[in-house]
Amino acid sequence: MKHLLLLSWLVCAAIQFGVASRVDGHGFAGARFFPATLSTEDPFTADELSLPTISTIRTSDDGGTRETDLSVEIAKRITPNFALAFGETFSALSPPDGETVSGFGNLELGAKYQILESDTHETIVSLGLEAEVGGTGSSSVDADSFSTWTPGILFGKGFGDLPEGVRFLKPFALTGMAGLAIPTSASTRSATIDEVSGARAVEFERNPDVLEWGFALEYSIPYLQSQVQDMHWHAPFDRLIPLVEFVLETPLNRGAGGQTTGTINPGVIWAGQHVQFGVETIIPINERTGNNVGVIAQLHFYLDDLFPHSLGRPLFGGKP
Amino acid sequence: MKQTGAFLLFMMLAGVARLEAHAFLQQAKPGVGSTVQASPNEVKIRFTERIEPALSKIQVFAATGDEVDKRDAHLDRSDPAILIVSLPKLGIGTYKVVWRVVSSDTHVAEGNFTFHIRSAKNVRKS
Repeated sequence: MKHLLLLSWLVCAAIQFGVASRVDGHGFAGARFFPATLSTEDPFTADELSLPTISTIRTSDDGGTRETDLSVEIAKRITPNFALAFGETFSALSPPDGETVSGFGNLELGAKYQILESDTHETIVSLGLEAEVGGTGSSSVDADSFSTWTPGILFGKGFGDLPEGVRFLKPFALTGMAGLAIPTSASTRSATIDEVSGARAVEFERNPDVLEWGFALEYSIPYLQSQVQDMHWHAPFDRLIPLVEFVLETPLNRGAGGQTTGTINPGVIWAGQHVQFGVETIIPINERTGNNVGVIAQLHFYLDDLFPHSLGRPLFGGKP
Repeated sequence: MKQTGAFLLFMMLAGVARLEAHAFLQQAKPGVGSTVQASPNEVKIRFTERIEPALSKIQVFAATGDEVDKRDAHLDRSDPAILIVSLPKLGIGTYKVVWRVVSSDTHVAEGNFTFHIRSAKNVRKS
């Protein structure tokens, strides 16, 4: 009963804080609005929902397996500068000469703490920690049996403080992240049976620590028209943000050191008042990554704008 | 899957029903980055959302850094999404407009832009 009373008090206090205070929303630093990028983690805390994110690409596995992913992610601010996120992906793998297998990947959890926001310099810096919970996904889609922890740092920088002489560069912004993915198991063993001979074999796979890094260079038409020069472009072009994302992974040890893989994803985001829609092409950077071009698309909801007085506010705190 | 669809539909309906969000600059007069031939009487900014006048402001600064507006920022009588500040007669020069608004759902937005007066007649040079 005591706990119930305490919980009630906390909920009331949270609601009271939420109603009485104002908070900045998703991805703002001064005049800069950072959209939620599709392929790299955002540098800001926010109440947001990505539903769905759909991607498809023919990988280099088994002579060209097509991988199609459908994922969802929701992020919730606990305080204005601290947010938790949950994500899940459903994958379908279609080998060129075999049956399609499908299943859920491992549950993904994330925490992010925004340590710096400079409105004048349109800068945001956050620390993040992601966890892929091993064993929660399906082995049919190669979900790892072990967990992986990824601490990292994330940043966003708008170029609005450039001098007037290069004012048409001001709409540019750069976001990026670098994290170290540390598997909880250095290696995994799996037993296989040869279909022809019936012989049993044990496969031994090493799991290296991986540097995950990436960035997104974006050019904001809304920023151009509202801060630099009104070009008299109307809907839908007035809300477009062309961008190119670089998504890279570099194993650091266990026999795979330096073998970087990744993709370059040029695309465009349309950012509305409550939702945004983005689509990007996925281009492998090298043969190790793959030889085929894919595509990713995402519908993203700004919960802080959809539900500014309830779900879209931090549970605790806020700027007066 | 049905539950997910229902949730999505609910959210979309909520988005349609609630016309509140961050306020973005939709249109300004004088225009963002524009050049005008005469001193404007006012700076008028139309935002994408309704504005809380008590918590919102527009300021206009000369190149010297001096504030030159009449410090009377107010909403347009017929449209609560339009914020206006009056100006005295201004001379040739570049002026910076700085705005900070709170939309009716308490979201804060801010920004700035410049406009130029190039060949104003019968006005003092700033």
